[in-house]
Amino acid sequence: MSYVPNGNDTRDEMLKAVGCSGRIDELFSSIPPELRAKSFDLPEGKSEFEVEQAIRNLGAKNVNNLTYFIGGGFYDHYIPAAVDSLSSRGEFFTAYTPYQPEASQGTLQAIYEYQSCICSLTGMDASNASLYDGGTALYEAAMMAIRITKRNRIVMDGGVSPIYRKMVRSYTHNLDIDFTEVPVCHGQSDRGELFKHLGKDTAAVILQNPNFFGTVDDHSDIVKKAHENGVLVISSVYPISLGMLKPPGEIGVDIVTGEGQSLGIPLSFGGPYLGFMATKQEFLRNMPGRICGATTDKNGRRAYVLTFQTREQHIRREKATSNICSNQSLCALRSLLYMSLLGDKGLKELASLCRDKAEFAKDSLSAIKGVKVLRSSPTFNEFTIQLPVNANEVIGKMIERGIAAGFPLGRYYENMENYLLIAVTEKRTKHEIVRFTDALEDVLWS
Amino acid sequence: MELIFEKSSEDKRGIKLPHSDVPQAAALEKQYLRTGTTGLPNISEPEVVRHYTCLSRTNFCIDTNFYPLGSCTMKYNPRFTEKIACIDSFASIHPLQPQLVKGGILTQGALQVIYDLERQLSEITGMHSFTTQPMAGAHGELTGVMLIAAWHKSRGDKREYIIIPDSGHGTNPASAAIAGYKVKTIKSDKNGVMDMEEYRKALDGKTAGIMLTCPNTLGIFNPHIKEITELAHSSGALMYYDGANLNAILGKARPGDLGFDIVHLNLHKTFSTPHGGGGPGAGPVGVTKELAEFLPTSRIIMRDDGTYALEYQKPSSIGYISPFYGNFGILLRAYAYILYMGRDGLIEASENAVLNANYLKSRLRERFNIPFPDGTLHEFVISAKNFADGGVRALDFAKALIDRGIHPPTVYFPLNVREAIMVEPTETESKETLDNFIEEMIKLADLAESSPKIFHNFPATTPVCRPDEVAAVKNPDLRYRVGSQSQL
Amino acid sequence: MLPKELSYTREHEWLKVSDENMVIIGITDYAQEELGDITFVELPEVGQVISGGDSPVTLESVKAVSSVYSPAAGEIIEVNSRLDDEPELINESPYTDGWIFKIRITGAMITPLLSPGEYQEFIDSLD
Repeated sequence: MSYVPNGNDTRDEMLKAVGCSGRIDELFSSIPPELRAKSFDLPEGKSEFEVEQAIRNLGAKNVNNLTYFIGGGFYDHYIPAAVDSLSSRGEFFTAYTPYQPEASQGTLQAIYEYQSCICSLTGMDASNASLYDGGTALYEAAMMAIRITKRNRIVMDGGVSPIYRKMVRSYTHNLDIDFTEVPVCHGQSDRGELFKHLGKDTAAVILQNPNFFGTVDDHSDIVKKAHENGVLVISSVYPISLGMLKPPGEIGVDIVTGEGQSLGIPLSFGGPYLGFMATKQEFLRNMPGRICGATTDKNGRRAYVLTFQTREQHIRREKATSNICSNQSLCALRSLLYMSLLGDKGLKELASLCRDKAEFAKDSLSAIKGVKVLRSSPTFNEFTIQLPVNANEVIGKMIERGIAAGFPLGRYYENMENYLLIAVTEKRTKHEIVRFTDALEDVLWS
Repeated sequence: MELIFEKSSEDKRGIKLPHSDVPQAAALEKQYLRTGTTGLPNISEPEVVRHYTCLSRTNFCIDTNFYPLGSCTMKYNPRFTEKIACIDSFASIHPLQPQLVKGGILTQGALQVIYDLERQLSEITGMHSFTTQPMAGAHGELTGVMLIAAWHKSRGDKREYIIIPDSGHGTNPASAAIAGYKVKTIKSDKNGVMDMEEYRKALDGKTAGIMLTCPNTLGIFNPHIKEITELAHSSGALMYYDGANLNAILGKARPGDLGFDIVHLNLHKTFSTPHGGGGPGAGPVGVTKELAEFLPTSRIIMRDDGTYALEYQKPSSIGYISPFYGNFGILLRAYAYILYMGRDGLIEASENAVLNANYLKSRLRERFNIPFPDGTLHEFVISAKNFADGGVRALDFAKALIDRGIHPPTVYFPLNVREAIMVEPTETESKETLDNFIEEMIKLADLAESSPKIFHNFPATTPVCRPDEVAAVKNPDLRYRVGSQSQL
Repeated sequence: MLPKELSYTREHEWLKVSDENMVIIGITDYAQEELGDITFVELPEVGQVISGGDSPVTLESVKAVSSVYSPAAGEIIEVNSRLDDEPELINESPYTDGWIFKIRITGAMITPLLSPGEYQEFIDSLD
């Protein structure tokens, strides 16, 4: 009934074998009566069928039929069936952490292949086996930069996800770290202001590309300026965009992080997701998280192992590079399956497809009276529009028409109450984009 | 096995993408664009499926092997919870959806799942409130230490140290340190629990908190626990419960009743969500009433009319520690597991986990040295010290078990037992499986005495044997590069 | 055999004391054996001023990290930079090519120095 294979007779036999006279509760005699549970008031168990029905009924209470034009770092991409089917093999999902290499070559080789994909996608030398999500990856990168440079100021570009900026600040609240946030200028990194803060006391500058407003930027001038003063550059990126955009490693970025959800991982109301991180060879020993490496076994066969473990908590305890004791292994595997199924050509085509559709949506929406598409800088598959009214009102009315029209930027940015952030993936058809446009026009003007 | 990249070829491709139904956009300017390859392999879907299916078959997993891994609670992962996590009305929901219309009305089902799970976990542990945001056990620890800091700060109290026994998991000191605290480590006494005299000496007005597992990593319920918590509280420190070993005491004892202020749980241990080859996990954190105001943003509340909403305006909150509500897909699995098990099922799980551990211990005791043999709950620790003198170390036992189809127990932990072999069978293993493990262990003990040298060849049945970990560090090979060879 | 011209500490370090308070420091054969294959040595910078009991050096094997302590306050005069590329020198010849750093001592020794005989007795007493 509760996944216990032993029946009552067997249990009695075992109780006898351990010298227990009858009641199984005797085994808990080391817990004194006054410390026993004061309450354990949970409902009686149910059958699979009943639990599934109950949860399906809850699922039906979510609004499930929306057409998504919402992103903000988390995107509604199609997931090929083979990703689900392979990642749900018991050999993968019911396996333990690969500390015993002989019993886990499958997981280890998959991590090695995942690291290889992340490195080539980002143009970096070394990747770890993954972190919890894009936000914690960014925080870990900031801590890593502080360790490397032995400086304690972090400069954050205002185009970095506001959710991630809040996370980085929460984590470092009790530490001696100074933060400077530099608001964007016309949707882009404000060079003039940023450069003022890239001095000898700054550990790192954190950028995002495309940034939260969807802007695609060439940050090579910022990297150059930062490196002149020994400041490291951290860049948070959207992996699908790397099918088209210049890899951050090519312009000299020191640590690349990002959210890997778009690589075959369901939106699932916020997780589990995939934080990726890659860096230059010289910073390898300062990187947090598990790392898989290739070596040979005692018979000369190629073998994969977890390596550079002296960085980690189970060996270095309070001096470890991080307290992390897991990776998002199954999510990393999903992303690897996704990247393998798409391949180089597929990812490039997908990136173009997303951008083509977004550009079509821009043109379509800009025809609406009073709607202004911000075109001062290039974008990938997400862009900002200005509405003649408060975006929240518009979003509410669009929901009634079955459309999640985008994310209201006023939620995180002052004086942007009328701005809407719109994302378009390959799943959105021309028909849906036209319907979106018609509905928005209707909401605004009829 | 070949790497996926070595099966790649320019003329191959994987899945089909949707046809484009919109005009091609003008290209971006050159300075923004990638010029070379992304490095991803070009390969057909049938080959991808075969590659990863073959790869998966080189893994041990709970579906095929017994994992007596101490403190890791490797139990059976029910299939129906996997099915539930894939239900489209949850799996497809965008995490920003509740923020589109005020009041969370677009995701009432998902919010209720989290709210109910928080209530269930509160009752199971005897805590007042829970947050489901932490994305793994260690992440829960960090959240917990941040809560400790926030609480002291709110009282204008500056504290410096966290006390941790030497039997504690490595994440405890690491979590304390990255949250800004120094660590005082306390030795274990001759009974395997934290030394009380040392503890009293270490505890002072600068102590922010004490992090403990109970039962500890030797499977022992600490007889001084009441005194420990009372002393901590009287000196103004908070008690932190590492929930790694909760599977031992479901329905028997609750951290809240024992006097703990903060608790983290590992849903992938006690509540059967899959380990996934190293993650993702989930590490919800529970607190007393006094600490509830400091929990991370956002909080899920139930309104008077029975609907659920997200609350963001909490001035004392430690802020965002997760982008949204935690690893929801994992939370959903644990929620389904708890509903399925119910009150009696959870108690039955702990009782059988403890019975299985005691059964193994009672049989293995005849042949192995068990330094702390009394009061065993869900796990116990063997010392292979006497075999090590003859050349067979804990690691050699571990490797030999692999050939016998058994995943090695945790070895060399806890640190207070030499040549430690830490065994936790869990409740989902049958007596036949346990008997087989006992037999194999006894055979190995005999072999260790008669032919110790042979152990260095184990395991012999696996795709690789004892990889050179020194070479892996000295000559790092962490990624495939075109032209490099995988077949040596 | 323990080299006779060296002094030893209970932290399993050896010291070669020469004129002008110059001391060369390394780890003993017993220590390298316990650590196993050393894969990485984190060396201090020359000129760094340290206190007695500080650990200016970290040694890493595959599964362990260990500190090398300074027996007295002073200034780092020289480090064995060969260890950057050949950390195995500590395993191969702990008393010669595997020396770790040289320090000019400015304070008193904070740990008792043992003769080869005393150190031998000390390690014999360990398990």
